[in-house]
This record gives sequence, C-alpha cells and structure tokens, in this order.
Amino acid sequence: MSTRVTLATAGRVLRQLRHDHRTLALLLAVPSLLLTLLWWIYDERSPQVFDRVGGVLVCLFPFLVMFLVTSIATLRERSSGTLERLFTMPMGKADLLLGYAIGFGLVALLQAGVAVTVAVWPLDLDLTGSPWLLLVIAVADALLGVALGLFVSAFARTEFQAVQFMPVVVLPQFLLGGFLVPREQMPRLLELLSDVLPLSYAIDAARLVTATPDLTAQLGRDLGVVFGVAIALLGLGAATLRRRTP
Amino acid sequence: MANNVVVQVRGLRVVRGGAVVLPDLTLEVRAGGVTGLLGPSGSGKSTLIRSIVGVQVVDSGTVQVLGRPAGDARLRTRVGYVTQSPSVYADLTVRENLSYFAAVLGAPRSHVDRVMHEVALESQARVLAGRLSGGQRSRVSLAAALLGSPELLVLDEPTVGLDPVLRRDLWDQFHRLAARGVGVLVSSHVMDEASRCDRLLLLREGRLLADDEPAALLARTGGRDVEHAFLRLCDETEVAA
Repeated sequence: MSTRVTLATAGRVLRQLRHDHRTLALLLAVPSLLLTLLWWIYDERSPQVFDRVGGVLVCLFPFLVMFLVTSIATLRERSSGTLERLFTMPMGKADLLLGYAIGFGLVALLQAGVAVTVAVWPLDLDLTGSPWLLLVIAVADALLGVALGLFVSAFARTEFQAVQFMPVVVLPQFLLGGFLVPREQMPRLLELLSDVLPLSYAIDAARLVTATPDLTAQLGRDLGVVFGVAIALLGLGAATLRRRTP
Repeated sequence: MANNVVVQVRGLRVVRGGAVVLPDLTLEVRAGGVTGLLGPSGSGKSTLIRSIVGVQVVDSGTVQVLGRPAGDARLRTRVGYVTQSPSVYADLTVRENLSYFAAVLGAPRSHVDRVMHEVALESQARVLAGRLSGGQRSRVSLAAALLGSPELLVLDEPTVGLDPVLRRDLWDQFHRLAARGVGVLVSSHVMDEASRCDRLLLLREGRLLADDEPAALLARTGGRDVEHAFLRLCDETEVAA
C-alpha cells in the first residue's frame, strides 16, 4: 500500500474523465434530467409520488452509473495492456482499487451533489430528513457501484459482456429492493433474498431520509451495511486481480 | 553482479491456452551490450519476455532477474518493460501518461521531460495519446519504460513500424544505456535488426536456435546475413531431429 500511488491513480482516473467532456456532461446532467422528467410526470396528478421515490432515485443513479463506468474502465485497463504494465511497477492491487474508488467516488459526490440540489430546490422534493444525509447515502451507493463494477469486470472479457452484467446484477437488486413493493410485503423467499442484497439497504436508507427527520439507528445500520459490502467487494475485487496471467 | 548476468532462465516451460509455447528453455542475458531476441512471430518471444518481467504464469523452471526471482516486488523499480502493443492511456496526453507512470515508479518529475526528449516527443506533450500515430504511441510506451533508473530494460518489439531515422536513434539510445551497464533485451521479428545487437538469441518454436555474437553466428553458419543463418540453423536442427 502506498498513498503516493493510490492518489496518483485517483488523479489519473479523474484526468481521463476530464478529457472526455461528453461522458462528464452525461454523468453530471443525466440524473437531474431524469429526476425532472419524473417530477413532470407526477407534478399535476400526484406530487406525493415524486416525494416518495425522488429521494430513492437520487441515490440510485450514482450506483447505476458508477457500476457501468467502473466495469468498463477496468476492462479497458486490462485490454489496453496498461494493467500488465502497472503490475510490473510498484503498484499494489489495493492502490489500484482504492485509487479507482477515490477517483470515481469524487465524481459520484459531484454527481449526487447536482442531483440532490436539483431535486430539493427547483423540483421542491419534500424531504423530511437532511439533504446532506441524502448526499452521504448517494456517495455510499456510488462506492457500492464502483466496488461491484470492479468485481464484476473480472468476469467479463469484452465491453459487450460488461454492459450485459448491468441487467443481471443491478436490475434484480432494484426490483427486490423494496422500490416497487415494500420488502416485507413480498413473498417470503423474495424477502429473504432481498435481505442479502446490498442495494436493499441503500434503498431503505434513502426511504428513511425521505420520511424521518433525524439520523436513526436504523439508518446508521443501513449505511453501515452499504459501506461494509462496498469494502468487502473491493477486497474480493483485489483477489480477482492477478499479476501473473496465463 | 557476477559475470554481468542480468537474466538467467533455466528449464522454463510455459503452456498457454493448452499449447506448449516454451517447452524447456535455458538461456542467459548479460549486461554490457544490447541482446537481441529474434525469432518469427509465434516463436515465444513475448511469452519469454512476460516470464522475465513476472507477469506470465509459468509451469516449471526458474527465471532469475538481477539475482532475484522474476516478478519479485523489489524488482519493480529496477526493470523497465515495454509491452508489444503500446500500453498507454489513450484518453490522457503524452505528458499526463508519463507523469502518472513516473508517480507510480516514484521517479523524479524531471524524468518526464528527459524521456520525452529521448523519444523525440516533446512537441506532442499536450496531445492525447489516442490521437497519435501508431509509431508515436509506441514511443510514449517506450518512454514510460525509460523513467526512473532501470537496471534492466526488457523491450518487446519497440521499434516496429517506426521511421528509420528514429529507429536508428533509438538503437543508439539502447547502446548508450547498455554502455552505462544497463541490461538491454530487445525482441524483434525483423532479422535485419540483428546487426544492431551485440549478442543474439535466436528463438524458433520455443527453442533456442543460437546464442552468439552476430559476426560469430554468420561465421559459424556461413550465412550471408542473420536471416540466412537462421534458415541454416533451422535446416540443421531438422536434420538432427
């Protein structure tokens, strides 16, 4: 582990994004545009629906986007040969993964910041809890996305495959996470399944901030699970990185 | 180091994708000159090079680099490696690429300007690597290997597709480094690059055909040039087999 290498890697990841103006614009603008669309759909008929799901969506976008961006970025690192080069240099696996997590984590912070601001201010999302808490949850979810993306990219050989992992890994978590039907009202087996999926806790946490004013023990536990799983997945991701390849 | 041996390969066997690429390879590379690893494409050059820099899964045998097992953590600042296809970030500028690799190596920032000069890319410093021509991109990749103060340079086909003038300059650069005591191992499938080497390792189908100085090799085989010598050696081994 080297702080110098970790920070250099985080800086490099950010510099790569800075040259890619279109990706950067998409990253920052798309969540807010989708939130606005949702607001518009419900504004006249039932504004309470936007209040109910808006907060959850603010937290889900960073997860989704970071998952995609990370799995493709890691795959490119493998296929371009830069990963092989880095592994002949004093680059620790943890340095690489943490570098990615820090770099994309900062982007996620920016992305979630824009989304929360747009949701709370022009769209007037009725939030019982603090918007800052919503931001913390969004960043935790983004880190979960980064960690999951890093882990999954080990099982994809092409960018096509990596993109296909999105519906496999992300959609079931979304469907089972209590976003459509509260988790405790789902069939018992599905409820148990949703208990072991990390995104369920992310959605629970966002729900709590939408509905309760203070930081509760429940919210702390949910956030702890999301951060814990993200760190565990980063560890698993490190285990899938090999200096020597066949 | 004793007898200047920088790389010592003994009984190396590598299987890739079910095919035996290196059946049982034994060879040495010494410092003090440029060693050319020559052979046609598919002869196992890249696999040998990957084994030397410690990124290849090997089945058996040993590879010692600068007195340590290949891939040892302490070798990672001491060995410079250039992969066959340029391994740089297409979405970073030349300078950003080199600054990042310098940071990872812990090399002084001044080295970035030095290596850009050495590969004649100063004027492209602010250009994205993805916008460069293939030859320019491989020069960025080569420049990254010159960062820091490597004691051994392992270069997998670094001069393919380059302008002849630049190719000559780079070979001069390799010789200057070698004269300074840096071990330089350069692979190529272009036989006429052999004349630029101080020592040749000829590889074919994962087996070492020859390990000799270019002049001695020509004298021994009676070949006009290295390509000719290579053919003679192939015929000899086939007769023997």
